[in-house]
Amino acid sequence: MVNTGFVLSWIDYLIMIIYFVFVLGIGWALRRYMKDANAFLEAGRAMPAWVAGLAFISTNLGALEVMGMTGSGLKYGMLTTHFYWIGAIPAMVFLAIFMMPFYYGSKARSVPEYLKLRYDEKTRGLNAGLFALMTILASGISMYALAILMEKVLGWNFHLSLVLSAAIVLGYTYLGGLSSAIYNEVLQFFIILIGLLPVVLLSLKDVGGWHGLQQSLAPIVTAKGFAPDAWTTTWKYTGSAASNPMGVEWYGIFAGLGFVLSFGYWCTNFLIVQRAMSAKSTTAARNTPLIGAIPKMFIPFLLIVPGIAALVLLNSPGKNFSLPLNAAGQPIYDYTIIMLLKQYLPAGVLGLGVTALLASFMSGMAGNVSAFNTVWTYDIYQSYIRPTTGDKAGDDKHYLKIGRMATIFGVVLSIAAAYLASLFGNIMDFLQTIFSMVNAPLFAVIFLGMFWKKATGHAAFTGLLLGFAIALLHHGLTYPLGANTLVKGGWIYHLHAYPVEMAQNFWTAIFACSASAILTVVLSYLTVQKKPDEELKGLVYSLTPRLSEEAVPWYKRSVTLAIIVLLMVSILTILFW
Amino acid sequence: MGIDIKIPIGLMFTILGFLLTLYGFFTRLDSTLYERSLGINVNLWSGLLMLLFGLIMLIFGLISRKSKSS
Repeated sequence: MVNTGFVLSWIDYLIMIIYFVFVLGIGWALRRYMKDANAFLEAGRAMPAWVAGLAFISTNLGALEVMGMTGSGLKYGMLTTHFYWIGAIPAMVFLAIFMMPFYYGSKARSVPEYLKLRYDEKTRGLNAGLFALMTILASGISMYALAILMEKVLGWNFHLSLVLSAAIVLGYTYLGGLSSAIYNEVLQFFIILIGLLPVVLLSLKDVGGWHGLQQSLAPIVTAKGFAPDAWTTTWKYTGSAASNPMGVEWYGIFAGLGFVLSFGYWCTNFLIVQRAMSAKSTTAARNTPLIGAIPKMFIPFLLIVPGIAALVLLNSPGKNFSLPLNAAGQPIYDYTIIMLLKQYLPAGVLGLGVTALLASFMSGMAGNVSAFNTVWTYDIYQSYIRPTTGDKAGDDKHYLKIGRMATIFGVVLSIAAAYLASLFGNIMDFLQTIFSMVNAPLFAVIFLGMFWKKATGHAAFTGLLLGFAIALLHHGLTYPLGANTLVKGGWIYHLHAYPVEMAQNFWTAIFACSASAILTVVLSYLTVQKKPDEELKGLVYSLTPRLSEEAVPWYKRSVTLAIIVLLMVSILTILFW
Repeated sequence: MGIDIKIPIGLMFTILGFLLTLYGFFTRLDSTLYERSLGINVNLWSGLLMLLFGLIMLIFGLISRKSKSS
């Protein structure tokens, strides 16, 4: 049995305590600005672009990402960077340039509300309901992982850790709402960066730098039946699924990850889009994902590279590095980052590293809770339970109260979901499964809605449902090799086996998105567009006046920024081809 | 809204950086402590880096506060 316990000293606890004092302090400082629902749920639309931009990627830099990506680095090597360089970055650029003007300009307060404005009530209702469920699940998984971590690593009681972490997140989101969540995400971003940096540098130094890493990897990887540089290249071995560790061909990566999954996640997930919607102007809202994209493209070096180094350490007996095993005797890859912290960090920076991990959990949870309370208040409560009365001051107070209650409610539900999550294995893969089922069809529907004025409400609604059904069906008919639970798929019939779970997720997303797009287009021709052109102004590309950026100096324009981002990511891709 | 986040970030990193730098300085001769980190005093280096970052954030925060109030 591998000992995962950390021995923390007073300095480590002191660092942790100082950090949490600041986290709660930010919430406390913001409490007096929370006068109405707009301030609480939308941060008053007053965020500077750099704050929104860092919060934008920090929400996603939850613990699932930190632990999952390092684990994936060990499992798949540099191929994991596809999640960033072909996945997230192009999607973020697309969101910024093409979609943000409609999200922000439509004055919708949430993604479901955009669907209501563009399509109809039932499409909004369906999306709002699914989204609320999904955020609670995601937040629950995050909490569960945190509590497990605290139990195994810090030796704290599982149930107590769960309640304590929930109480902290509840504390600052209840006090300061979305602003508090966003400001804390920025704080978290920096602490994660600085907290993990020593591990990256030390692990890389230990294996002899990048060059030493490549050399030490060659025999290990060859023994697994791959080319010597399969772990340190990105596209080189994607000609066939069998020659790369991810088990997917280039077109599967390109379409599944690069297009459907990433665009589905980054462009339609309200959790993410909400950060950009809180920006203070249209230009700031468009620049939010672009500013976020710049640090985002370097995060692989922070998370994936130490994961790859861990593969070398695992195979060097002299290093005394090992991963804990699960009941089936397989290594738990999600523990890679934790074991690396334990391996390299002495008291002091260890406290910083543990704080960084705790921070990443909190940012995932708070993000989910702050998105949940907005959708609950505006898209469920205000739409179906108690509509506005016309008394603006009274309504503002009332919805603020509901938003606050939804925050408590969301945290309590997340705790319940955390216990549910304890039933599943690799959290990252599980999350992908959910995303691919909900987000992929949603992307098809929102994309058509923004760029094709003929798309109708009935068609969109049916498209969403069918896409989800196809995703379920695909998941039920296929399974990844070596799957031992029905959660991984194949619960209807074993029609097709994928080499790895990741490949199955990609294809689930591709099928769901295509089915949804095709059905929406076909049905749009068969049904009548009830919304006149006038109503669709600001919601559909062809009916919206072009955004002029002439007043903005060229170096601050979104297009300039987008070109810089794309150039940078192309250079990275070529360097690590 | 309300607060300028640069100030709390600056304050926190200055405090944490100061703390780690001191800790690193006083433990610099403790070779068993730094055996794991390949003999490098990571506390001192991380501390200095955080101190620098914290101070830069604070300076920017104070500049924008000044320009707002005048």
